Amino acid sequence: MSNLVQFLVNGLTLGSVYALVALGYSMVYGILKLLNFAHGDVYMIGAYIGFGVLTAMGGAQNPAISIWLVLVVMFVVAMVGCAGLGVAIERFAYRPLRNAPRIAPLISALGVSFFLEYSAQLLFGASHRQYDAFSFGGGALFFKGINWGPLHVPLLRIIIIVSAFALMIALMLLVNRTRIGKAMRATSYDREAASMMGIDVDRVITITFIIGSALAGAAGVMFALRADASPLMGFNAGLKGFTAAVIGGIGSIPGAMLGGLLLGLFEALTQGYLSGRWSDLFVFAILIVMMIVRPTGLLGKADIKKV
Amino acid sequence: MSTEPGIGRDEWVARSEERRQRGGFFGPGADLFMRLPWWLRWGTFVLVIALIPVLSSSGYVQRVAFDTLLYMLLALGLNVVVGWGGLLDLGYVAFYGFGAYLYAWLDSAQFDIHLPTLLAIPTVVAATAILGLLVGLPSRRLSGDYLAIVTLFFLQAFLTIMINGNSIFGVNLTNGANGIAGVDPISFFGHRLPVAHLGVFNIWYLYVALAFFVVVLVALRFVNDSRTGRAWRALREDPLAAELMSMPVNRLKLMAFMFGAATAGLTGALFVSLNAGVFPESFALPLLITIYAMVILGGAGSQAGVVLGAILVNVMLEVLRSPQHSRWVFYAAVLAALLGIVRPWKWLAVVLAGTVAFGFAVREVAHAIHPAWTAGATQGTDSVGRLIGHWVAVPTTLGSGKVIAYVALIAAILALTQLKGVKRMLWMIPTLYLGAFVWENVLAQKPEVTRFVLLGALLVGVMTTRPQGILGSARVEIV
Repeated sequence: MSNLVQFLVNGLTLGSVYALVALGYSMVYGILKLLNFAHGDVYMIGAYIGFGVLTAMGGAQNPAISIWLVLVVMFVVAMVGCAGLGVAIERFAYRPLRNAPRIAPLISALGVSFFLEYSAQLLFGASHRQYDAFSFGGGALFFKGINWGPLHVPLLRIIIIVSAFALMIALMLLVNRTRIGKAMRATSYDREAASMMGIDVDRVITITFIIGSALAGAAGVMFALRADASPLMGFNAGLKGFTAAVIGGIGSIPGAMLGGLLLGLFEALTQGYLSGRWSDLFVFAILIVMMIVRPTGLLGKADIKKV
Repeated sequence: MSTEPGIGRDEWVARSEERRQRGGFFGPGADLFMRLPWWLRWGTFVLVIALIPVLSSSGYVQRVAFDTLLYMLLALGLNVVVGWGGLLDLGYVAFYGFGAYLYAWLDSAQFDIHLPTLLAIPTVVAATAILGLLVGLPSRRLSGDYLAIVTLFFLQAFLTIMINGNSIFGVNLTNGANGIAGVDPISFFGHRLPVAHLGVFNIWYLYVALAFFVVVLVALRFVNDSRTGRAWRALREDPLAAELMSMPVNRLKLMAFMFGAATAGLTGALFVSLNAGVFPESFALPLLITIYAMVILGGAGSQAGVVLGAILVNVMLEVLRSPQHSRWVFYAAVLAALLGIVRPWKWLAVVLAGTVAFGFAVREVAHAIHPAWTAGATQGTDSVGRLIGHWVAVPTTLGSGKVIAYVALIAAILALTQLKGVKRMLWMIPTLYLGAFVWENVLAQKPEVTRFVLLGALLVGVMTTRPQGILGSARVEIV
């Protein structure tokens, strides 16, 4: 029983990271109908930016300022840096291809993804970089936290889950309550009509990339806190994030959150009870089943086209 | 590209290439060559490859020629899916890998089966085609993005299975990461073709690969000229219109997919028969990107284009292995790009002279501030390398300056694409120097990684500037 709860907590942590990645996929897909392959690599760059900030501030062992402040700065800088990267990618790799055949921006995205992966390998080496999260405040991230009978939920997981949910709530508010959110929804509904109504579509797309990439950057730091940063981490996260977006219904923001959490739980449970080696295959099976049974996803609407 | 109007091509579209004037030094020669019938043009090409052993007795050159032939085959197969069908198949390499593994299972001590080659290869081709069908089926609508991600995931799943395949329900299928070694060489009617002859590459493998290349090339060409080929093109241009013309859209897509997969499987069998072993790492993302770069650079949709792309990319990758050669290629490529971009030519002189002067100035300033900033040595020991070492500042250690210089270079190049006129020319000078600096200090240090960085950049660059590639035909749209 306590095993099950432990797996659920693990799944929730993993799921929050997936959900943040899935949001970026889903939002970009909703607006541009483009599968942004480079999204997973933006997440990877976020993890490295976090590492760079941590090193610049003296590392986890003897930080220049309070380690909790360093953590906040890591998140902020990674989010800002990734937002800039996302905007640059959109501006230079996707915008020139906005009216090209659909396969063209996909290939361009593939190129960007590969360029980022190998640039990271060139600059930071192929080895994995540890944040050394155990040394944060003398191991506070792992030893403190909620103790509940035999169950121990480390502070790190609480931070990840809470901050991920805070970001998602902020995103929901932004999309549903603000003017720019309305413009985003309008653009995703019908780009041409939106531009005729006076919405600056280019600006909306840029903002979408800013938000999506910032979320990916935060997710990258979260993941690297738990595990490590490596040049190829984005590939796997990209696949999982996309699967999560498909499960929830691609283009739907609540769907991406739900899909991410479900996928994280599913993966943690299969890893716990079945086999860690094959967990990628189980996720792949879920994607296939989802595409056969319900291609619109759990919360997506069927795309009815009138020509 | 024929200039005859046909089904789906009216006269205006058919002659669109002709209207574009062929100029330049090679223009007349190229025109003459294009007027030959297609089989004569390809015959010349095949003859040149067949003569490689005569032209060069180096085993290395022959081996590279064999590898290039395999890449050409792979590019021809991917061209069916991407160029003709307009589908993004990111699991393509998995079919190649599956073909290789299947051949290894049918012809090695792994299960102690030793089929004759003439039986094994058709089996591999058929099985890979069926696998392609199975992978394509679930993404029923097969719209571009879903297909792309399902196939990419399929590649990942394939690698997972092959790496962990040393005990599937207790059966050792693949030997895991160690791969299957000791695969039989090709044998015809009981006559075995040894992989190496007197320690060097057996030239007969080049001819076997060439024979398969010709068969695949001609077969695919006939398919493309058939009803199916025309339907593929219609599908690629406008799936909706194609469906309204009562074309079986899904079946056509699956067919394109299967043709691609079968070609990849065949190539996999050839690959494993020469290498006598197969390992899961050979079929990962870098290979996928390499083949995509070939198809996109050469021009998706044109057989001559993708073959040219395969030659260019593979030769580039081979040259980039050594620091001296790669330096030559780098500066030559930059110079060629400048020749293409900078007009009028007096500006070229200004830019080049400016860059050289700028370089010496920066190096002197850097030297005056801190001698260690110019105390390093360039890679390689040839005279050009030493000469460049007097021009480019090479610090002994760069540390995090590596990241800053790299990011600055990318930013400078991106800014360059936005500038116009004189500003652009002037901006080129620091950009070029920064490019040389990053090349000598960062890129030349790790050639194995640099190759793939360049391939990624190549894909984006080609897509955004010339999506039809070198030899592909531009889309002529009638609105």
